[in-house]
Amino acid sequence: MEETRPVETAVLAKDLAKSFPLGKQGRVQALGGVSLAIARGTLTALVGPDGAGKTTFLRLVTGLLAPEDGTLEVLGLPMPAGAAEIQRRIGYMPQKFGLYEDLSVQENLDLYADLHGVTGEMRKARYEKLLHMTALAPFTGRLAGRLSGGMKQKLGLACTLVRSPELLVLDEPTVGVDPLSRRELWEIVTDLVRDEGLTVLVSTSYLDEAEKCGSVVILREGRIVASGAPETIRALATGSSFVMVPPSGKAARSLQSVLLDRADLCDAVPEGGLVRCVASSKEAAESLVGSGAKPVPPRLEDGFMSVLHADTVRAAPQGLRMEKPFDTAERGEVIAVRGLVRRFGDFTAVDHVDFSVRRGEVFGLLGPNGAGKTTTFRMLCGLLPASGGHLEVAGMNLRSARADARKKLGYVAQKFSLYGDLTVMENLTFFARAYGLNGARRQGRIDWALASFELSPWAGTAAGQLPGGFRQRLAMAAALLHEPEILFLDEPTSGADPLARREFWKRITALSEEGVTIVVTTHFMEEAEYCDHIVIQDAGKILARGTPAEVRALAHQEKGRAATMEDAFIAIVAEGRAGKGAR
Amino acid sequence: MSALFESIRRVAALVKKELILVFKDPRMLRSLLVPPVIQCLVFGYAASFDLNNIPYALRDADNSAPSRELAAAFDGTGIFHRVATVENPAELATLLDEGKILLFIEIGPDFEKSLAAGRPAKVRIATDGRNSNTAATALSYANEIVRSFNEKKNAASGIAQPSAAAVPRVWYNPNLETRWTMVPSLIATLTLLQTLLLASMSVAREREFGTFDQLLVTPLRPAEIMLGKCIPSILIGFVQATLILLVAQLWFGIPFEGTLPPLYLGLFIFLLAGVGMGLFVSSVAVTMQQAMLYSFVLLMPFMLLSGLTTPIENMPDFIRHLTWLNPLRHAIEITRRVYLDGAGIGTLLPEYGALALIALVTLTASSWFFRRKLY
Repeated sequence: MEETRPVETAVLAKDLAKSFPLGKQGRVQALGGVSLAIARGTLTALVGPDGAGKTTFLRLVTGLLAPEDGTLEVLGLPMPAGAAEIQRRIGYMPQKFGLYEDLSVQENLDLYADLHGVTGEMRKARYEKLLHMTALAPFTGRLAGRLSGGMKQKLGLACTLVRSPELLVLDEPTVGVDPLSRRELWEIVTDLVRDEGLTVLVSTSYLDEAEKCGSVVILREGRIVASGAPETIRALATGSSFVMVPPSGKAARSLQSVLLDRADLCDAVPEGGLVRCVASSKEAAESLVGSGAKPVPPRLEDGFMSVLHADTVRAAPQGLRMEKPFDTAERGEVIAVRGLVRRFGDFTAVDHVDFSVRRGEVFGLLGPNGAGKTTTFRMLCGLLPASGGHLEVAGMNLRSARADARKKLGYVAQKFSLYGDLTVMENLTFFARAYGLNGARRQGRIDWALASFELSPWAGTAAGQLPGGFRQRLAMAAALLHEPEILFLDEPTSGADPLARREFWKRITALSEEGVTIVVTTHFMEEAEYCDHIVIQDAGKILARGTPAEVRALAHQEKGRAATMEDAFIAIVAEGRAGKGAR
Repeated sequence: MSALFESIRRVAALVKKELILVFKDPRMLRSLLVPPVIQCLVFGYAASFDLNNIPYALRDADNSAPSRELAAAFDGTGIFHRVATVENPAELATLLDEGKILLFIEIGPDFEKSLAAGRPAKVRIATDGRNSNTAATALSYANEIVRSFNEKKNAASGIAQPSAAAVPRVWYNPNLETRWTMVPSLIATLTLLQTLLLASMSVAREREFGTFDQLLVTPLRPAEIMLGKCIPSILIGFVQATLILLVAQLWFGIPFEGTLPPLYLGLFIFLLAGVGMGLFVSSVAVTMQQAMLYSFVLLMPFMLLSGLTTPIENMPDFIRHLTWLNPLRHAIEITRRVYLDGAGIGTLLPEYGALALIALVTLTASSWFFRRKLY
């Protein structure tokens, strides 16, 4: 059938380079000499920290950007000359896929089918397959804007696949998607590769997703630092991966925080109540064994971290110190929620929820998209009134003393909502003033924020121009200016790379040691390990609660290995939904 | 007392932030200051109801001294331009039909005889009624010319003056008068347009970017947020009004008869009403796009029912009473009267009162909606 010579390589890049103008005269080198071959019919993951050049590479492949230096061939055609033809033959799903939220699922599909000239019998056959594959068939009449985050991504994927591309390019397709939907999305992609021989190139910041791919390419500052099959990357950490047991009475995150500061370790994360760490050298490994660590088989993330460690001078964040730490000696209840209900018309978003949070605790609110987490969260912050039930935050009833209660809480919104046109300094000044800080105290707190979050070099930069990680730091700094007792963070790590996530959690650990109570929602189940207590919510109800270990224990052991938090989460939610269906 | 002080400080912080945002962004600043001036110039030049070029055709069936004199009276105005002089009456109809002329004048065959006999002499004037405004204006100019022709004739022949002896106040509008009433009205109109947009967009913008939630979790109370949004809009409204006032005086050279206090007092109450409406729009709109759309939907009837372009006296009773609810109507009244007649505060009390009532209603309603939206 193919009129051109069969091409075994889908993407062939040689010394590919691309830079962008930055500021008045500077340029930033997004890609600096990348050479890479991607075979047809394979699934390749592009991983690396923010700013590594992942999206730039994908956009070069799709012909949306022209290479500056080096050569790039896609499906046998040289770029950028073949861009128009390539765009007809590939499917590309950018980070924010252009779904029309006011159109229904079907109308969105029709639009993309029309745009790509897919008509008649072919369209019918394609729709049937795509709707079946994405399980969107029952929702064709629903507006795209009303779909959950996971369903939106599946619809975006269906629209991209409407005309069977030869190469599928996905840019962080699972950001903001819950574990259940994430697993479904990946099943679709791996099925396509296995059954249809589709070539897929995907960028991701979840390393467990990269583990499912045929090959992994690690980019860092525009260069490939490692590539190969997941086993190859994993093998880089052979003999370096260990787990340590935290001293009794201490949270795993406290030990992890200490280990993360050690220059001879590449990584440390809490895992199943223990701390997994990766040694950077033989001596480091021996010293770990000496202090009681047990060797474990490495996972991809360990390999990834040791690759990045090799040439990273890690800017470990300084511990955060509050002027006057909160007394956590008596772990009083700071948030009490009893029988909390929130209805929107006939729909009950939060259905008789009870939980309590004690002072100095890190409390995690987990649940799939649309579970009512955000609604619960907004009620806790006083942004939404409850329809019923009792809600007490920092000893105050939010309904009667909202303004006073708010002085005791800090809030970091999902999008790190700050005034993008104001500089870092202006944002901090505004929020300090809004919280009633004046004179020397205001100056002191702003200085503290700039120093603690290492924002001083950026003080004069507009917040909108900050790189992602710094925006998150600024949002946290602004929320802590008035030294709140409780800090609320709504999906603070969504879309953040593994390094930024560690940095973030290190700050959280430090804050909790100062007695600040933390309430956090997250889609990263391994992050639940940083929490003291978690609740899992679905369809407005709490399905499970307890310490991470207690929640993990609720899931049955799978395939001989201990259940991870993600296994537990999926099992609990699936069980909750099945039970509901039976009733 | 200290609670009040703290509250003032919080509002001041918000006002300062809003102003930094406006002054920081050169595009924003330009879009606030340039359009009012341009709109003012465009309206000042284009929106004039005066006719200064009326093409007409003449059929003089009498061709006598008095008939030529009448024709000369038309030609001598500098406004009526004779395009054609025809013999055949059918040609007149064709010319009018084709839009070559706006009006034709047909002088009857016994024009001179009738005049001499003291009988009514017939002059037929027909205009193109497809644009009724233009036709009416052209016709009134023509009537004026004929009437003054009569006066002269009567005076010359010693016949008693016709009963309507009143000396016309304006012979006809020497093409400036509409601009004189139009430009001062723009001080109010354009300021309302910009203030409404600014107030509604500033909240919608915060909602869209998610910063509104961030504001709500600070100790800022809803009323303080509203106040913090009102003050910058009013300040910017004042700047815009002043700009237009300067254009009116320095560019168009329209003499300012009044004093500033009555004008600015009126503008202040008017801006309060306008900002109230803007905040009301913003509490209903979810996105900036919606806020913009709603603002324009609101503006249309306000402008139509304000007396800016069409006299309120000509409106049906029901509509005329409705215009009392329109803040723009009162503001235009105030700016025109202060600007052109030099009216003082004392004589404008009814207008101030009406505006104050409207402001009270819009501000109360918007704060109620604002609050309801939050809880």
